[in-house]
Amino acid sequence: MDRRKFFKLMGAGIAGISGSKLISPELVRAEGADFDSDELLGVLVDTTRCIGCRRCEAACAEINNLPAPDLEDKGIFEKRRETSETQYTVVNRYTPKEGKEIFVKNQCMHCNYPGCASACLVKAMHKIEQGPVNWETNCIGCRYCMVACPFDIPKFEYNSPAPKIQKCNFCWEKKVKKGQRPACVEVCPTEVMFFGTRREVIEEAKRRIYREPDKYYHQIYGENEVGGTSWVYTAAVPFEQLGFRTDLGTTPYPKLSKGYLTNIAVIDLVVPALLLGISYAAKRKKGND
Amino acid sequence: MNEKTEITVIKNFKGFITFLMSELKPRGGKTVFTPFNVITIPLIFMGLIIIVIRFAKGLGAVTNLSQDFPWGLWIGFDVLIGIALAGGAYVLCFIYYILGYEKYHPIVRVVVLNGFLAYSFYAGALILDLGRPWNAFNVLIGNKFGFSSVLFMVAWHFFLYTLSLLFEFAPAIAEWLGLKRAWKTLNAMTLGAVVFGIMLSLGHQGGVGGLFLLAKAKIHPLWYSEFIPLLFVVSSIFAGLSMVIFEGSISSKVFKSRMSADHHEAHDRIVMSLAKVCAGSMFVYLFLKLLEINHEQTWSLLSTPMGSWYLLEVVGCVVIPAWLFMTGAKNRSTGVVKLAAIITILGVVLNRLNICLIAYKWYAPARYYPTWMEVVVTLTVVFTELWVYRWIVNRMPVVSDSPEWAQEAH
Repeated sequence: MDRRKFFKLMGAGIAGISGSKLISPELVRAEGADFDSDELLGVLVDTTRCIGCRRCEAACAEINNLPAPDLEDKGIFEKRRETSETQYTVVNRYTPKEGKEIFVKNQCMHCNYPGCASACLVKAMHKIEQGPVNWETNCIGCRYCMVACPFDIPKFEYNSPAPKIQKCNFCWEKKVKKGQRPACVEVCPTEVMFFGTRREVIEEAKRRIYREPDKYYHQIYGENEVGGTSWVYTAAVPFEQLGFRTDLGTTPYPKLSKGYLTNIAVIDLVVPALLLGISYAAKRKKGND
Repeated sequence: MNEKTEITVIKNFKGFITFLMSELKPRGGKTVFTPFNVITIPLIFMGLIIIVIRFAKGLGAVTNLSQDFPWGLWIGFDVLIGIALAGGAYVLCFIYYILGYEKYHPIVRVVVLNGFLAYSFYAGALILDLGRPWNAFNVLIGNKFGFSSVLFMVAWHFFLYTLSLLFEFAPAIAEWLGLKRAWKTLNAMTLGAVVFGIMLSLGHQGGVGGLFLLAKAKIHPLWYSEFIPLLFVVSSIFAGLSMVIFEGSISSKVFKSRMSADHHEAHDRIVMSLAKVCAGSMFVYLFLKLLEINHEQTWSLLSTPMGSWYLLEVVGCVVIPAWLFMTGAKNRSTGVVKLAAIITILGVVLNRLNICLIAYKWYAPARYYPTWMEVVVTLTVVFTELWVYRWIVNRMPVVSDSPEWAQEAH
């Protein structure tokens, strides 16, 4: 292979990588074109209704074959719990300055523009068309999704030689795909959760706030955070008092790395030509050529 | 098995042991118990045992990684720091092959070899950190490419760059084996490999910083900004060159007998020039840091405890060594330049650890500290690399002159 041919081949390869990156569907989606987040499936969690019975935790454990939680043990509320590789959802108790205790159920937020999916280099973590963000076994176990998730949701099985990423899967395979509601939504005795399209979910949240303006804090958490999430929350008090991060901003997460991805495409296309030019000029100057 | 083959097997085995023992001795040395061997061999064996446990029982059995800190020493040290410190190869290739500064000729090969080994071994170390390494090929072949992932870009650039470093070094292998025709072809490909190598380096040096763009909510605002990829590229210039200066001063002692007179003589002159390039790139870096802090309006955070830590990194490990590089180059003092190089290396180590471990989730009550086993495995990777490096330098024309036929052809 002579040098010219080698250049051509390498060049074609690089241009292929860079070019296809420019038309990456995730980025197009992050731009908001050709994507209507209103039609995704979503859930409203109305924390004003939650009584902390944790039956959602039990239902979640049952359908996902996870160890069953002990619902009688009220001691677990003493410390704030995070979801884990064996608990896709947890209920925490908060006692704000004024008023009575508030229970909050946490699980994957199923972002409209998931940072974890944009981070995944083999698309093991991905957002399916209907909305749920799910994980596949072609994962290489790099754990970049855990770094990228603003809610710290993906969990890794550190004590397994064949570890998986574990998190709420929106009961997609076992329930929602078949037209049923997620297990936690179904089991809840006080109808904390409302399941529907994201449009219906946001409308319902707004309706409740308008109807009882004194009962609710006037914000729907997840309506705009990180570009919107499929699971959204209403509450009686400001969300920072309930363990939510309110400093995340409204920029879709995939956009954060967009600047780099665009620049790298330009670098890959421009730098080789530039370098050859400089090298040629440097040689000419010395009179070697 | 009959008696005859049995004897040959035993003979071969004995021969193999003698071969091994002779390999362990330094050139012309009499004993295998050199300090280097005594320290590295037991450590490498220990590291191998830990690696077996890691694959049998999972990452949790040997590391302190947690749900809060999914990336630890193996990513922080091997990948982030290792890549930055191996940046000397692309910078030097740019100066020598593209700009055509002939005076760097004596050190180009050794730096490229260092780069190639660093990348090969750090990629290897990365496999240890992957939870599902048997799927790693999915990154290179398959129909599920994550084009929106910075890590995907880093992986490809990383992989292709390691190949281009191999091409850059290949003429030395051909000279060693006396393959004249292959040498000609490989030599003709060098410029191409260099051009793509530099492009790929800019891509992944910035990319390893770019990985953390998605950790916006988790990295302390003094360290997080859109500038991260650019800062990583610029710091890789002085990190890489400082490492060249540092390694050069060690190699010139260890491989004294192998070194050509040309190489030895040029060493000090080269160190001075590199010191100037370091100082220059460090001023660019500081300017960018200033721009960053003004852009993000994080001045007030400088008076917090994290701010002092930040100033230690930027003033203590960039401003001061930059000044030392300048005065050292001015007074032609190799000692001062070497000191500056060491502080710079420590500064880059600190910067990378800050981004991925210390300023990362600075608000979390539980911190990550590596286990002794993580440290041993990291040392295993480094020492194995040194072994291979020594093996190659003692055989191939790396610091020594090329064979005459190759010199004539130039």
